[in-house]
Amino acid sequence: MFGNEFWVELLKYFDKIIAPAIFSTIRMVTATMIIASILGFGLAILLTLYGPQGLRPREKIYKVLDFIVNSIRSFPALILIVAISPITRMVVGTTIGEKAAILPLTLAATPFIARLIEGSFKEVDKQLIEAARSFGASDMQIIFRVMVKESIPSLISITTLTAITYLAASTMAGAVGAGGLGAVALNYGYQSFNNTILYTSVFILFIMVQIIQGIGTWLYKKIV
Amino acid sequence: MIQIKGLTKSFGNSQVLKGVDINIPPGMIYGLVGRSGAGKSTLLRCINGLETYEEGNLLVEGVEVKSLSGKAARELRKEIGMIFQQFSLLTRLSVYENIALPLKCWKYSNSYIDNKVKELLEMIGIPDKIHAKPKELSGGQKQRVAIARALAMNPKILLCDEATSALDPKTAKSITSLLNQINQDLGITIVVVTHQMSVLRSVCEEIAILENGKLAVSGPVEEIFLKQPQALKNLIGQKDLVLLQEGINIKILLSHEISCQPVITRMARELSIDFMILGGEMESYQKHTLGSIIINIPGEHFNKVKEYFIKNHVMWEIVQSNEQSSAEVDDHCLAMNFG
Repeated sequence: MFGNEFWVELLKYFDKIIAPAIFSTIRMVTATMIIASILGFGLAILLTLYGPQGLRPREKIYKVLDFIVNSIRSFPALILIVAISPITRMVVGTTIGEKAAILPLTLAATPFIARLIEGSFKEVDKQLIEAARSFGASDMQIIFRVMVKESIPSLISITTLTAITYLAASTMAGAVGAGGLGAVALNYGYQSFNNTILYTSVFILFIMVQIIQGIGTWLYKKIV
Repeated sequence: MIQIKGLTKSFGNSQVLKGVDINIPPGMIYGLVGRSGAGKSTLLRCINGLETYEEGNLLVEGVEVKSLSGKAARELRKEIGMIFQQFSLLTRLSVYENIALPLKCWKYSNSYIDNKVKELLEMIGIPDKIHAKPKELSGGQKQRVAIARALAMNPKILLCDEATSALDPKTAKSITSLLNQINQDLGITIVVVTHQMSVLRSVCEEIAILENGKLAVSGPVEEIFLKQPQALKNLIGQKDLVLLQEGINIKILLSHEISCQPVITRMARELSIDFMILGGEMESYQKHTLGSIIINIPGEHFNKVKEYFIKNHVMWEIVQSNEQSSAEVDDHCLAMNFG
């Protein structure tokens, strides 16, 4: 398989097809991660504030947020991309290409991140929160100065996990019109019976996951 | 300083506080004791508004705690420091950052924070641990840091929730003497919740015993330990006394006036009678040493001994072995008069 033919083939396609697809995937995942992390963090704060064991419990608000989070999370990323295509068309102007994929991917990743961050905030020792209350810290100070501070290692793990999950989701998005490595692997590789492109794409994805996990693990070790 | 009147509090259907009245004057070290679930920690949390209460009043410096919310409640908590059994230090922050945390929340300037933290570290006696993480500290050192953090806002009141319960006796003692020192140097009112009798004895001036959400007994610690009311006996359990069936068993209470006098031998010489000593104990309290001695005298000397006790202002009571009815005990017991 790795004969002369393979390398000739690879060189032929790499510059024109694979390399742009790598950058396209990186852009999609990065944009998704940045927007979804900000929104997810905000949503996690609301869930932490208003949750039943939260800092200022509000049952109704929490139930609404909880319902929205669960609803979005019940769609697999691929279905979500298809399902919200009318909205995507309205917002982005098109339903194909990497820009069109960022919207549904972000929408899917936001509640995912929010739930994970909410979970790690819940893990923070209740006594620390009580102690912070006892010297007069406000709810926001408790979140930022105590909960966030104490859960930084798990926030790093969450970011690593989400990045890898949505790297995978972005390749699936390739099946329904998004660009990137997923689209290349499917369209130029699988459907064109071109194993060189298919397996090169797979290999590059494998390397990308290794790099993300490597950075995540390194940061975690550095910080703990 | 802290006035509590008819305080009630429920968690769901179970009432944990059923009308508690306590008055804590400024500058005092006050102990709240009781068995697990008696409501003592809940009561403590009502003082700084971490818990709310349904009925009754709780006034801190004349302000009803329940009426405060939002910023006003936070301003009140600023005046009330609190320490906990598990120290509650942020694991990812250094000692310095932990102590500075309340000051940062209240937006003090960095130079003020720096001075204050160093001053507090000096006071708690571990200035060399300034950049250590809590996991590098021993239990006692962690509690010292927690105390420094609680004092960072210059509070008027310090609440201690089982602050020494997770520590070994020697370390616990060093923490209680630190609390004593803080009380004396800074004049801070301290409220201590504990189940360790040694802590009560060594720091508290007055104590209140809670039983099932009610105040069973309150008063000066020496008086309560000397008189041993039923509530205290329920709490510490009754010691199995070796009592003799013949003769009369008498417990002599050694109050602080007579604990340093040789009462027993003097009585033996003056009355020229013999008796047996069945047991005794001495405990040192915040200011005094108190204790009790149980003796057994022959029945015919009872009146002589009684007169001697009355003449010399010695507090005493007859101790019955468990088989005899307790009603009898009440008849024989004399009212005790404190000097």
